[in-house]
Amino acid sequence: MSIPLPTAGQPPLPRPHARLNAREVFNRVGMLPVLIVMYVAFYFLTRYLSDDGTSNFMTAGNTMNILRQTSINLVLACGMTFVILTAGIDLSVGSILAVAAVLGMLTSLPEHMPMLALPVFMLSGLALGLLNGVLVAGFKINPFVVTLGTMTSLRGAAYLFADGTTVLNRTIPSFEWLGNGAFIGVPWLIWVAIAVVLVSWFLLRQTVLGLHIYAVGGNPQAARLTGIKVSAVLLFVYSISGLFSGIGGAMSASRLYGANGNWGTGYELDAIAAVVLGGTSLMGGVGSVWGTVVGALIIGVMNNGLTIIGLSSFWQYVAKGAVIVLAVLLDKWRQSQATTN
Amino acid sequence: MSELVLDVKGVSKRFGAVRALDNVQLQVHSHEILALMGENGAGKSTLMKVLSGVYQPDAGEIRLGGQTIKVHSPADARAAGINLIYQELAVAPHMSVAQNVFMGSEPRGRFGRVDTGLMTRKTNEILASLGARFSADTLAGSLGIADQQQVEIARSLIHKSKVLIMDEPTAALSDRETERLFEVIRRLRNDGIAIVYISHRMAEMVELADRVSVMRDGGYVGTLPREEATPERVIQMMVGRPLGDFYQRRETTTPGPVRLEVRNMHSDRIHGASFAVRAGEVLGLAGLVGAGRTELARLVFGADELHQGEILLDGQVIKVKEPLDAIRRGIAYLPEDRKGQGLFLQLSALANTTMSVLGRNSRFGILNHKGLRRLTEDAIKQLAVKVPGPDGIVGGLSGGNQQKILLARWLAIKPKVLILDEPTRGVDVGAKSEIYRIINQLAASGVAVVVISSELPEVIGICDRVLVMREGHISGELGAGQINQEAIMTLATHLPAAVDATVTLH
Repeated sequence: MSIPLPTAGQPPLPRPHARLNAREVFNRVGMLPVLIVMYVAFYFLTRYLSDDGTSNFMTAGNTMNILRQTSINLVLACGMTFVILTAGIDLSVGSILAVAAVLGMLTSLPEHMPMLALPVFMLSGLALGLLNGVLVAGFKINPFVVTLGTMTSLRGAAYLFADGTTVLNRTIPSFEWLGNGAFIGVPWLIWVAIAVVLVSWFLLRQTVLGLHIYAVGGNPQAARLTGIKVSAVLLFVYSISGLFSGIGGAMSASRLYGANGNWGTGYELDAIAAVVLGGTSLMGGVGSVWGTVVGALIIGVMNNGLTIIGLSSFWQYVAKGAVIVLAVLLDKWRQSQATTN
Repeated sequence: MSELVLDVKGVSKRFGAVRALDNVQLQVHSHEILALMGENGAGKSTLMKVLSGVYQPDAGEIRLGGQTIKVHSPADARAAGINLIYQELAVAPHMSVAQNVFMGSEPRGRFGRVDTGLMTRKTNEILASLGARFSADTLAGSLGIADQQQVEIARSLIHKSKVLIMDEPTAALSDRETERLFEVIRRLRNDGIAIVYISHRMAEMVELADRVSVMRDGGYVGTLPREEATPERVIQMMVGRPLGDFYQRRETTTPGPVRLEVRNMHSDRIHGASFAVRAGEVLGLAGLVGAGRTELARLVFGADELHQGEILLDGQVIKVKEPLDAIRRGIAYLPEDRKGQGLFLQLSALANTTMSVLGRNSRFGILNHKGLRRLTEDAIKQLAVKVPGPDGIVGGLSGGNQQKILLARWLAIKPKVLILDEPTRGVDVGAKSEIYRIINQLAASGVAVVVISSELPEVIGICDRVLVMREGHISGELGAGQINQEAIMTLATHLPAAVDATVTLH
């Protein structure tokens, strides 16, 4: 049993024991139907467009591919969910990922301390997130401005740490498993993403802190007058977003046995897109991690499907942007249906 | 000489399940000031919005000068000669008075050029007729609120108003400004304009109105000529029952020891305020809007910065730097702006009710869902909140039920001191009476209750003792037997009340 918080589409006054009608079900599942329709549609599209009339889009192998390709964005998007729930934004996740990846890879070099690589990935991410948090909560600077600033300067820092090249290391026993190993047949990348999702869900739904996050996002003035330490909550959300970015850095560095200053460019936009697709309001106070999971998967399915179809990457950008806007439009319509009902 | 100008018959308007207006009638004559009285939520503003074309009525008829008219938009209403001056003024601050007055209907000269000369001349004529002390060239933003109001009145006059509706025009005015506004209103009446004056201030009705119409809960109650409209009678019509029952006045108990004492509080807005409140006492904090009541309460609660002063709880000096400090010691503050500063509208009743006591209902930061649910269910039952259940989203509730949820949040901390800022604003009559019942119960159980209210009948009805504030300090104290409208207004304005009407209730 968990505290009922509004996911975007919940009707304003859900009757607890009333029989669920079709519309209420539709409201609860959010964007899940879009994901399913898209998944099936891509299967038929890839089959139709292939030379021999068969498709391996829906095979276990390709589905695992989609999940693996989605995992890093999902981890970043979970952190972004915390931030956006407080009506903030974190544009620096891609840059933090790059800095963490470079610092972690440098640590893993034989002349340094290879065993400490994993903690370095995570702690550097956490520290940089904390920096965002201090600027937002302590100095009361607009989060967009703060993270635009850190996005830019941390990108520079990543290049500087990497000395403008790529830090490569073919022997990374302490964390090679993360990007390349598997556990019961499922890649560790996916397990890590699942763990991050579960931790995020637990924090948001089962803890005092989680409810305070929703409160701060929904009405910061009321939160303060209710005795919530608004600054502490903000500090936490930016820190956890940084920590998850650091984990994302470890995932990508391990997968590619290297890191450079260019890593993670544009990842912040995919993460924001996943959160918004999942029905979390940019105004704060409304949303859920499950929504974010669905949002990230929608993006993952599109990336994979469009590539298999053989659409040029330029057209992929066009399609992705259009789907994001259309999906949110659909969500808006869905919610207006829910409230007039 | 006086003829029927505006005749409203059987107007109804629903918003979803809420019946905002039900078969309302209203008659206004030329050369007449009609005071439209009613509590918040009685439907006055909705009716006015129907008349000015903002809302379309579901049923009913509006006749102007004997002819049925249909007003589909504010522009239609203006063209027909109905003008509404809102509570919130809509003056463009960076434009001149003349530009404001003629906004949207600028006179055109040759080549489509705006005829500035004509605008200035006409504006000055109207300003002179209103007795204004500024000219057409003045920048509107440099004017005080009362003068800006005159700009709005001038704007309505260039449209050849037949009916002028004013919605609580004195809410933000000082006494002297109010006096000047009244002169203008009388002058307009003598020119033959039919004036509808909306207010819930008794003194203004007595001073200004030729007739008084009363609304309650979206319906029309009745109309009294001036001679019969005594404050007691009008209040009775407004609340729909004798006042004695309404406030459920409890037996006066002997108050306990001093619970909260504040000494010499200073901030940007408060200039040396001291008072004490005892356990079991209901202390009223009265005064005009802007007198510093809310500011004083926020200082005690730690919501604003305190420059100087001491707060004592049960005789001990306490440090209150932020609301959390106050809450931990058992001081609660219910803000006047329920939606802006109190509730989390997208969250459930459960989250809203328990937000201040989550710490007590958790282990290692993990919520005890069962305990929270029980707490919420009890509160819903105890306060008779109409909500589908603990999971109901608070944004969908009525004003009264929202206020009860907010009250429940503070009752959950088991407060020693409860400060209520306009606890019945925008709340329907039923919930109002419930809230009074809760206040009385709390006081009886030993809580020190401080009630800030702008509604004098309420202050008089529920408070054991009243402090009156003016310009950031406490200008006087009224004990049992001294609390009446005249005494409060005198202290609030520092002028002998111009009105000899008093509502004394015992």
